[in-house]
Amino acid sequence: MNYVKIAADECKGCRVCVSVCPHHCLMIGTQINALGYQHAVFHGFDTCTACGLCFFSCPEPGAITVFADEKEAPHE
Amino acid sequence: MIKHQKPEAFYDTFERKGHDEKVTHYCPGCGHGTAQKLIAEAIDLLGIQDRVIFHSPVGCSVFSYYYYDTGNIQCSHGRAPAVATGVRRTLDDAIVISYQGDGDLAGIGLAEIMHAANRGEQITVFFINNAIYGMTGGQMAPTTLLGQKTATTPLGRTHGRDGEPMGMCEIMEALTSPVFIERVSLSTAAGVMKARKAIRKGLESQIQHKGFSFVEILSPCPINWKMTPVSARKWMKETLEKRYPVKTFRDQITERPEIDTHQRLPWLNDEELIELLQGNEVLPVCSGSGEAPEEQRIKIAGFGGQGVLSAGVLLAKCGISEGLEATWLPSYGPEMRGGHANATVLLSPDRIGSPVVDDPNVLIAMNGPSLDLFEDTVAPGGWIFVNSSIISREVRRKDVHVFKIPASDIAKEHRLLAAANVVMITAYMVNTKAVSVETLRSILPVSVKKQEYVQTNIKIIEQTIAYCRDA
Repeated sequence: MNYVKIAADECKGCRVCVSVCPHHCLMIGTQINALGYQHAVFHGFDTCTACGLCFFSCPEPGAITVFADEKEAPHE
Repeated sequence: MIKHQKPEAFYDTFERKGHDEKVTHYCPGCGHGTAQKLIAEAIDLLGIQDRVIFHSPVGCSVFSYYYYDTGNIQCSHGRAPAVATGVRRTLDDAIVISYQGDGDLAGIGLAEIMHAANRGEQITVFFINNAIYGMTGGQMAPTTLLGQKTATTPLGRTHGRDGEPMGMCEIMEALTSPVFIERVSLSTAAGVMKARKAIRKGLESQIQHKGFSFVEILSPCPINWKMTPVSARKWMKETLEKRYPVKTFRDQITERPEIDTHQRLPWLNDEELIELLQGNEVLPVCSGSGEAPEEQRIKIAGFGGQGVLSAGVLLAKCGISEGLEATWLPSYGPEMRGGHANATVLLSPDRIGSPVVDDPNVLIAMNGPSLDLFEDTVAPGGWIFVNSSIISREVRRKDVHVFKIPASDIAKEHRLLAAANVVMITAYMVNTKAVSVETLRSILPVSVKKQEYVQTNIKIIEQTIAYCRDA
């Protein structure tokens, strides 16, 4: 299983990851983070290919981590 | 398994920004963050983190040293290529990165980048082009598009009023030295991945000692463009890239030979360096006339050609021979002869802080204008020496010692008019005893270029001593 982990408090809600993801795995959520932004949320457990486009496009150093071939979904 | 994560080349937390900080200071959707992440990732992949010295500019990316766990230098506005040149030429093993925005590189720093490129400095330049001055609030940059509205082009940039946008890759291409020139764009995911490749290539070329590489990265500035991050990227694709085509302008990394870094000046030790700079003159050691004098702040002034500057050198050498500290500061116009010239000589038993003197305690006036210019600056109780062959007027000051001597006439008697300066400094030495005339006698043979004149000069000194005794 591939998935993306968003560090909610490092996201500035710019939506660039949402716009570049070819499989529509990301969206902007309703929660407001510590920086005051509505941050990105991952919901593509079935579709993510771990291509990394979101990671490379994201301007924040540590907001996105991409996992590939994991046995199970992360425990929140 | 983790496939992509925060690069190691970044600090884990950005303590320089603030305690426990994890995010950058960049605005949401800013291209700097993306470009810097790509650079950090390339540093990781190439395994060069311990060798990188990152030169950040003035502009939004001024705080790059908050983020990069590498060597960092924050440079004056536009001067990063000059600083990088210095680092390049002193640290052979360093990977030198200059990261500059369009205001910094194409505006104030245009000269630095062009000459660094032309010298083929072995550095990698990442040029962030967002077509606007970001940090200062969205003013027109050299790269601003025609029609683009900015704080300083509220009606849009026009050709006649503001000039045309500058394509830096196109300008770079006119130079033969750069080995790798590419323009990439962060407008789309595909563009980001191309940028990733170009950044790595720009660094690889340096690792392989191939020379100067230049990667222009078109980058969004949503806030100053007054767009959302997503629409800013769309505008880049549709408009910015039309003016700034994304392509490889030059890639000669494989065919270029390695640059031999030893073509530069070889390392020299102190003695070799002094010899190269001809600073190895040996002066005789002289005892002087006894006690160390008070600080001598001497101004020698006259026409260019009267030996004003060389008189200063002679005096300074005499001081050094007597174990004093000495400085010599010449001042003259662009003309070699006939203009006004003066020299400031400081002789002191103590170390000298500055060679500049506002209130000399000795003025040696070789001509009228010099007396006019400096008479009032002489410290009370100081000395004014007047070349009375040329200067007819009296010294007005009553609170200084005045000594008049027809220096040009004495020199002329010996058919060596150019030695009037020696008359003047001899008169200074005899009257003030700050420096011994004996020292001048010893210095002359090693200081006068034409040896046949040494004896004449010695005779002139004797006659001057006699004149002073009788005066």
